[in-house]
Amino acid sequence: QAAPGSNSRGLRSGGTEPNASSSSCSARSPPRPHKPTSPDQQRRRPPPLLLLPPQSNSAAPVPATPAMSIFEYNGSAVVAMVGKNCFAIASDRRLGVQLQTVATDFQRVFKIHGKLYIGLSGLASDAQTLYQRLVFKHKLYQLREERDMKPETFASLVSSMLYEKRFGPYFCQPIIAGLGQDDEPFICTMDCIGAKELAKDFVVSGTASESLYGACESMYKPNMEPEELFETISQALLSSVDRDCLSGWGGYVLIVTPTEVQERILKGRMD
Amino acid sequence: RRMAGSMELPTKGGFSFDLCRRNAMLEKNGLKMPGFRKTGTTIVGLVFADGVVLGADTRATEGPIVADKNCEKIHFMAPNIYCCGAGTAADTEAVTDMVSSQLQLHRYATSRESRVVTALTLLKTHLFNYQGHVSAALVLGGVDVTGPHLHTVYPHGSTDTLPFATMGSGSLAAMSVFESKYREGLTREEGIALVAEAIRAGIFNDLGSGSNVDVCVITKGNTEYLRNHELPNPRTFVSSKGYSFNKGHTGK
Repeated sequence: QAAPGSNSRGLRSGGTEPNASSSSCSARSPPRPHKPTSPDQQRRRPPPLLLLPPQSNSAAPVPATPAMSIFEYNGSAVVAMVGKNCFAIASDRRLGVQLQTVATDFQRVFKIHGKLYIGLSGLASDAQTLYQRLVFKHKLYQLREERDMKPETFASLVSSMLYEKRFGPYFCQPIIAGLGQDDEPFICTMDCIGAKELAKDFVVSGTASESLYGACESMYKPNMEPEELFETISQALLSSVDRDCLSGWGGYVLIVTPTEVQERILKGRMD
Repeated sequence: RRMAGSMELPTKGGFSFDLCRRNAMLEKNGLKMPGFRKTGTTIVGLVFADGVVLGADTRATEGPIVADKNCEKIHFMAPNIYCCGAGTAADTEAVTDMVSSQLQLHRYATSRESRVVTALTLLKTHLFNYQGHVSAALVLGGVDVTGPHLHTVYPHGSTDTLPFATMGSGSLAAMSVFESKYREGLTREEGIALVAEAIRAGIFNDLGSGSNVDVCVITKGNTEYLRNHELPNPRTFVSSKGYSFNKGHTGK
């Protein structure tokens, strides 16, 4: 007879395992040392996710605020542009919880390998999870193939990972930028279920995307050198996030050429 | 201890519903589900004397915004079969890619040229199995040993076999052109001209369609994909000055 508390429930030993599907993340950080929480600290913990205001039962009806889109929960702006044998990818730096700013140095553009970067806009937690899964898959690819993944291949990988979750998607819109065969710049974006859009000039995503479309459309010129490309993408980003409440608080720009990578932080309006 | 997750084991393919529980919780808390990129679209096909001609516009929309001004909506299925897709962009791309791979495997297994009805059956069974949730409306055309064929496939899995067909938000505009001017036994040039005219009707009269005209002509033993066959919407009055920022204009 099975002793109480043994593996009588099959694979689940110990009742403290979190929800099954979310426990598959391979990049689990070591458990943080337990700090005793004072009443002050407990009060300062962020409130649970609430996209609608809590229903009040009072007699006076509260005017209903419109439901917020999940993409507007954190706020983001990411853009990538193609230049002459180079590309630039830029993002804003704000992390918010609806209308409150929580961080001003949030990273949205991640490196996959020396010549391939991915920018993830949308829900920040999905962006980080997706990035961790992609790095994992790319590392396995490197071990098997003994080389880095080409940008076109990586774009197909991201697309199929997103489409796999077609009916329960990640709330992320990736922008992929890389130097492919013969250091030919490659950029592409996709919606949150993996519909790829390859562009020859620029791609945008995030809450500021509508302004970014307009700014990039007017400011973009083909075959720009890295210096000019940096100026153009920075101006497009800064002017667009100024028209969006949810993104901004500075900018982060990466210019990638076949020989070097330049990272620059932009100072923008901090409102 | 539960070690198996989507990372350690190789995925078996197909959809994964891992995040549905979390997304349902978000929806209960007031989430608005995001809109997916659609292809607005005008797609058409017609059968002429020697084969089929397919046509499509090139605008991809995300709500009211144009996400892609020159996307490709005529997808490769087999060297002798092409498929235009309307509806959710990710669904049309995924379903045509999947059936194209299945057709290739079938060609290896049978050593024969693929038939249009094979592609049709594979598409309709997949779409019916997902009860319309895979939102892909397709115009499938090709020429095989049994002759030229043109079919439409609806998101719920029903199909029609027609001499001329239109789908998408611009289908009414394009159908009006076909209904007035189509006749049996068109020549290749007449077929291409009629298809281009129908797509132009969609581009100019439907807001969900725009930009350029793509055409694909399939005849016995030969396929011609005329990407951007017509460009009736060029960007004009571009400022020659442009915007130029001096080096150092953006601080730091």
